[in-house]
Amino acid sequence: MPIYLDYCATTPVSKEVLKEMLPYFSEHYYNPSSIYKGAQKTSSEIRKARRQIAENFSCLSEELIFTSGGTESNNIAIRGIALANKLAGKGNHIITTCAEHLAVLNTVEDLCKNYGFTSTILPIDQFGMVHCQDLEKAIQSDTVLISCIYVSSEVGTIQPIFELGEIAQKYNIPFHTDAVQALGSISIDCKQLPVDSFSVSGHKIHGPKGIGILYLKKNTPFLSQQSGGSQEFKYRAGTENIPAIIGFKKAIEYVPYANSQKLIHYRDMLIEGIVTKIPNSFLTGHPSKRIPYHTSFVFEGIDSNTLLMHLDISDIGASSGSACSVGNPEASPLLLAMKFSEELAHGALRMSFGKDISEEKINQVIQNISNIIQLLRNR
Amino acid sequence: MIEDKQDKQNTRVVVAMSGGVDSSVVAALLKKEGYDVIGMMQRLWTENNQPQNRCCTSDAIEDAKEIATLLDFPFYVRDYKNIFKNTIVDYFTQTYVQGMTPSPCLICNQKVRFGDLLYEAKTLGAKYLATGHYARVQMNSFGEYELLTGMDPDKDQSYMLHRLNQNQLSHALFPLGNYTKSEVRTLAKKFKLPVFNKQDSQDLCFLGEDGHQGFLKRHVSHTLKRGLIKTVQGEVVGEHQGLALYTVGQRRGLHISYSYPLYVIALNTKENTLIVGAKKELEKDELYANQVNFINQSIPQKPIPILAKIRYKSIYHPATLKYLEKNRIHIQFKQPVSGVTPGQGVVFYHEDKVLGGGMIEK
Repeated sequence: MPIYLDYCATTPVSKEVLKEMLPYFSEHYYNPSSIYKGAQKTSSEIRKARRQIAENFSCLSEELIFTSGGTESNNIAIRGIALANKLAGKGNHIITTCAEHLAVLNTVEDLCKNYGFTSTILPIDQFGMVHCQDLEKAIQSDTVLISCIYVSSEVGTIQPIFELGEIAQKYNIPFHTDAVQALGSISIDCKQLPVDSFSVSGHKIHGPKGIGILYLKKNTPFLSQQSGGSQEFKYRAGTENIPAIIGFKKAIEYVPYANSQKLIHYRDMLIEGIVTKIPNSFLTGHPSKRIPYHTSFVFEGIDSNTLLMHLDISDIGASSGSACSVGNPEASPLLLAMKFSEELAHGALRMSFGKDISEEKINQVIQNISNIIQLLRNR
Repeated sequence: MIEDKQDKQNTRVVVAMSGGVDSSVVAALLKKEGYDVIGMMQRLWTENNQPQNRCCTSDAIEDAKEIATLLDFPFYVRDYKNIFKNTIVDYFTQTYVQGMTPSPCLICNQKVRFGDLLYEAKTLGAKYLATGHYARVQMNSFGEYELLTGMDPDKDQSYMLHRLNQNQLSHALFPLGNYTKSEVRTLAKKFKLPVFNKQDSQDLCFLGEDGHQGFLKRHVSHTLKRGLIKTVQGEVVGEHQGLALYTVGQRRGLHISYSYPLYVIALNTKENTLIVGAKKELEKDELYANQVNFINQSIPQKPIPILAKIRYKSIYHPATLKYLEKNRIHIQFKQPVSGVTPGQGVVFYHEDKVLGGGMIEK
C-alpha cells in the first residue's frame, strides 16, 4: 500500500462527501435556472449550501461566488478587482509577493504585460514570511490591489494576513488573499479577517476537484470576467456544478481543525526525525508558524526529482513543492528568494499528510529517505 | 538475457522510452516476459526559442505515460539537459568548427545513454538498460559479449552502438534485434499500444525546424571565416561562407557554375580553403580512423579482412583492416569508396558480427 504524502497537491474525496454528491448526478440533475419542481429543488440546494458555507465563514451568502477552483478564483479576483478600479480611474498598480502561487503571479504578470498595469513584488525573509514594513513601503497613490497568499503551499509558512490586511484597510486598498492552502488548517472568519476577497478550493479538503469559491466582500468593485447567464449574482456566468457545490459544502463541514493537535504532533515528529537523522538537511519555511500537516526540507547534494523518483519506487508519493514541470527542474524561485543557495534549492522535498498518518508510517518514511539520500550521496 | 521466469521478476530493467513505437514495444515485450520494468525518458537540451527537442516533447512524454499506465510500470522523465549540452551539443559544434562532420548519435549512445543513463539505472537497482535499437547482443563461448546486426537489414542499428564496451554490452538489452520493423508494428497493435502508427523520428533530435544550416549559423557564426573555394587541381572557383557550414560529399549550396557538377571533396582548415571537384574525386581507396573500439577488446595482430560501413546507411565495403597504434587503424578498400567523411564513424563487420569501429580521421 503506497504512502501518500502530497495532501497539499490534492486529497481523496471522503466517503461522506461522495455520498452527499451522488444523488446530484442522475437524480437531482435539473438546471437550477429552470422553473419546474426538480429545478427548484436543485436551486434551493445550492442556496442552502451557499448559506451553510457563508455561516462557516461568517459572511453573507451573496459574498460567495462558486468557481471552477482555486486558479479561477484567484484569476477573477485579481482581474475583476484590478480592472474595475482601473476603469474607475483609481490607478493601475498591483502589489503581490514572491510567495504566491503561479495562479496569482502569472495573472499579475499578464495584467502588466497586456493591460497596462505595473506591479511591485514584495520580498520574503528566510522563513518565507512577508513583512508589513515592506508592504507599507510599496504602497503608491495608484495602488488598486494588494494580493498576498495566506499559506505558502511550498514551504507551509502562514503569512501575517491580519497585519497586512489592516495596512491595506488603512490605505483603503482592496486586499485579496489566496487561501487555498489555508482552508482546513486555519479557521476563516470574515468578521475578523481584514480582507476584501479570498480564494479557496474543494479538492484540498477532501472535496471534489473542479470547485472553488471566491469570497468577495459586499461593495468591492468587481468586473465580471465571464459573461453569459445571471448565475452567481452575475459575477460568474455558467450553469452551476451542482454535485461539486454540494460536495464542497460537505467537505467544509468536515474541515479537520479538531485534529490539528494530533497533526502538529506528527508534523514535528517528522521534522525532528529528518533533520536529526539526515546530515545536511534543513527545514524550509517557518518552524512553528506553519500549517499542521505540512513539512518541507532541502537536502545538500541531492536532486529533488531523483529523490522523488526513488521515493516513488519505494511506494512513497511526495513532491518538491514547486510548480516546475516534470523532468525540467529549475531551482525553486521561492527558495532562492528565501536565500537558499541554488544547490540547496534544487534539493527540495515537501511531505504533506492526512489524518491516516501514524508513527509507524513516519518512521518508515524517515528510514526510506535516509537510505535513499545515503545512496544518492555515495554514488 | 535471463531465462528463468522467477529470476526475471526479480530483475529490474530500465527501458529508455521515447514515446514512439519501438521503445514502447520493448517495454511491452519485457513486461510480458515478467521483468521488473521501469520506464525513463531523458529530457534533452533544446535551443532557446526553438521547438522542444524531438526526443522528448510534451506530447512524447504523455504518450510514454499512457504506455506505462497501460502496461503498469513506473515511468519517470529525467533531466539530462546539461549533460546532453556538454557531452553532445558542444561536441557537435566543435567538430564542425574543426572542419569535420560530427556523429552525435554515436557519442550519445556511448556516453549519455549507456553512460549516464545506465549509471542512473544501476543506482535504481536495475541490471539492464533496454532500448529500441535494432541490434543483438549475445554471449559467445568465451564469455564475451558480441554485438550483432538486427535481423531487419533495413533497420539494423548496430552501427550506432559500435562504441559500447564489454561492460556496457553486459548491461544492454535490445529486444527488437530479432524483429523487423513491420513485425514491431504488428506487435504494437497486438499489445494495443496507442502509438502503433506513430512516425519514426527523423534527423537529429536537437535541431530546430531550420535543420543543420540554421543551427550552425546560430552556434558557430562567430568562428565562420570566409575563404576560397578551389578545385582539387588548385583553380579558384569561388568563395565559401565558413568551413563549418560544409560537409564532404555536399553538392547543393556551393553556388558555383562550372562545366561539371562540383562536390565538396575536402575541408582544408589550415588554409581555410574548401576543396571541390568532380564526383569521381570523392572516391577513396583507404581511410584512417582513430578512437577505435574493438568489441571483444582484443587488437588484431595482423591485417584482417572486414566489411566496412562508413556511415549509418552505407553499404558494406570489403576491405582490409590494419591496426596501427594508439587506437588508430588503417583501412584499405577493395574497390574505391565514395563519401569517406572525417568525423563520421567507420564500423567493421564480420558477417553479422560487429568487430568494432572508430572515428574517421582522413
